[in-house]
Amino acid sequence: MKSEHAVEFKDIIKIFPTPEGGQVNAVDHVSITIEHGEFFSLLGPSGCGKTTSLRLMAGFEWPTSGTVYINGQKMGRMPPYLRPVNTVFQNYALFQHMNVYQNVAFGLEMEKVPKGEISRRVGEALEMVKLPGMVKRKPKQLSGGQQQRIALARALVKRPEVLLLDEPLGALDLKLRKEMQLELKALQEQVGITFIYVTHDQEEALTMSNRIAVMSKGRALQIGSSVEIYERPNCKFVADFIGETNFLTGIVKAVDKDRVVVELAKPKQEIIGLAVGELFVGQSVAISIRPEKVYLVDDDGKQEIKVKPNENQLKGRVAATAYIGSDTRVVLELADGVQMKVWEQNAISTLDPEAYYSTGDSVFIVVPHENTLILPEESQ
Amino acid sequence: MISGQVGETPKSKFSLTKILRENSRAQGFFLISPTNIYLFLLVVLPLILVTGLSFLSRGTYGQVEFTLNFSNYTRLFDPLYGKVMLFSLGVGVGTTVICILIGYPLAYFLAHAPIKQRSLLLFLILLPFWTNFIIRIFAWMIILRSGGILDSILQWLHITQGPLNLLYTPTAVMIGMVYEFLPFMVLPLYTSLEKIENSLLEAAADLGAPPYKAFLRVTLPLSVPGMIAGTILTFIPAMGMFVVPDILGGAKTILIGNVIRNQFLTARDWPFGAAASMVLMLMTMILTLYYTRKAGFGEELLV
Repeated sequence: MKSEHAVEFKDIIKIFPTPEGGQVNAVDHVSITIEHGEFFSLLGPSGCGKTTSLRLMAGFEWPTSGTVYINGQKMGRMPPYLRPVNTVFQNYALFQHMNVYQNVAFGLEMEKVPKGEISRRVGEALEMVKLPGMVKRKPKQLSGGQQQRIALARALVKRPEVLLLDEPLGALDLKLRKEMQLELKALQEQVGITFIYVTHDQEEALTMSNRIAVMSKGRALQIGSSVEIYERPNCKFVADFIGETNFLTGIVKAVDKDRVVVELAKPKQEIIGLAVGELFVGQSVAISIRPEKVYLVDDDGKQEIKVKPNENQLKGRVAATAYIGSDTRVVLELADGVQMKVWEQNAISTLDPEAYYSTGDSVFIVVPHENTLILPEESQ
Repeated sequence: MISGQVGETPKSKFSLTKILRENSRAQGFFLISPTNIYLFLLVVLPLILVTGLSFLSRGTYGQVEFTLNFSNYTRLFDPLYGKVMLFSLGVGVGTTVICILIGYPLAYFLAHAPIKQRSLLLFLILLPFWTNFIIRIFAWMIILRSGGILDSILQWLHITQGPLNLLYTPTAVMIGMVYEFLPFMVLPLYTSLEKIENSLLEAAADLGAPPYKAFLRVTLPLSVPGMIAGTILTFIPAMGMFVVPDILGGAKTILIGNVIRNQFLTARDWPFGAAASMVLMLMTMILTLYYTRKAGFGEELLV
């Protein structure tokens, strides 16, 4: 009989003393509910509280206040060795004095599993991580990627309810990391265990997760699917941290349901966008426009061009361009010294340099209203 | 055919720079020669001298006579020396074992102390080395003698009634030996315990090991190299020790170290002293090698 949620954080606060004698809220009023079989990522810059959150689940830390539930069971101050979770550590934490077999078997020996079953399950686990036939090697004789797999096998062999992964791919090179991302995702679907994945790499989180919690300064700012947090960030921090974006600032002039009219500070003009959250007239807002969500129109000396009723237009001059193959990255200079980056997809295939934007060109930047996100300056 | 080199006669003049430039082996040998000279003068040469000496014999007036014989070694088979040898072995092993038993908890405590306090605690461990070793052993005479500091404290606490008469007993020798060699056990143990990453213990706990099992399966095996290093630093010098038994053991406790010292300085029988040294050295070497192999970390230690 499974309980409703795999892991539940109820208003968790974790306070650490600082060396200077002060206090820091490593985790600050965080409430998260993670479902069974979910691939859930905790994403944020270093020091945001994501690893502390994971350690609170594993039992290496106890919350200052609030409650952690695993499988519906209140954890309280239960020590790590009694919890139904296992961890893949950032530096793998393999036992150097034991060989691969002994490392993977360690957790089962602690459970007093019969010898025959241990050897069968260790074999299965090593097969699962595609590393059979290395049982006699010591961890030091393995490559980083192989050590990573052993750490994974050592945790998975225990068949935990929840597997906690603390930046497990952080030490691998880019190519291997990409491979392991796909493999981990496939493995998670195969075994059906809840994975809770800590990372600072937004691309990694977007690729692998069912849901992501974006964290900053101990708080979970937004929890949602990859699409939700990229397309509809709920505050300036999330929009900035996930992917790339341009920020403009302004004051709300009028609100009509989810459409908002904003008077921009620079350049002086009005813009219409999509409201995220409750906004009111006179509020200071940040306007987020992603570089790939706009298109450019050549300026033939007109003051204005005709755009659809649901599009904004801005005027600018090309300050710099970089051709990177799939698209051309253009830096535009708007009035009042505002800069904006725009990625123009290279849908055309030509060697003619005239076909691409070059420095000095005058252009109109067209942004559909739903691509113009109006965000509160501070998260609510 | 490379022109220009044909017909050129090789220079007959010896040039060290030229040889070093062209021959990498000569270069390596030259660079390591300070070490080689040091080792030859202070290790190899004395060893050859002592080995040679052990096969000669003592003259009537204590001089060395150059007559080759094995009598020095056969004399060592006398049960008297056998007993001294066995007793020395017992004291050496005893000192080492007691040093491990006291030193391990101490090193563990040191390695887990807050970093700020750690350097102070290490300083305290090393503090006795600031005073001369013989003076410190004499200090133990004052502590251990009948009616001395130890007796007074124990009687004041009503733990004992009369004097313990510890001084000039094998117990006093053991106390002095453990005192002397404890830091040599604690420091290497501390180094290997301190190197054990906390994440390994977290991993053990995460995999279901309660603290005592994590200690037995992770901490203890990972501290074995330190224990071996400490044992070598304790056992070998303990086997040859003669100052502590001299001062704290009176004339009653004799170790093989005393025998050797007496042969050289009192009996003036250098060849016999040399033979006893050779036997002590061989015995220590065999036991140490056996121990390091048995502990299973031999190869890592030799690196």
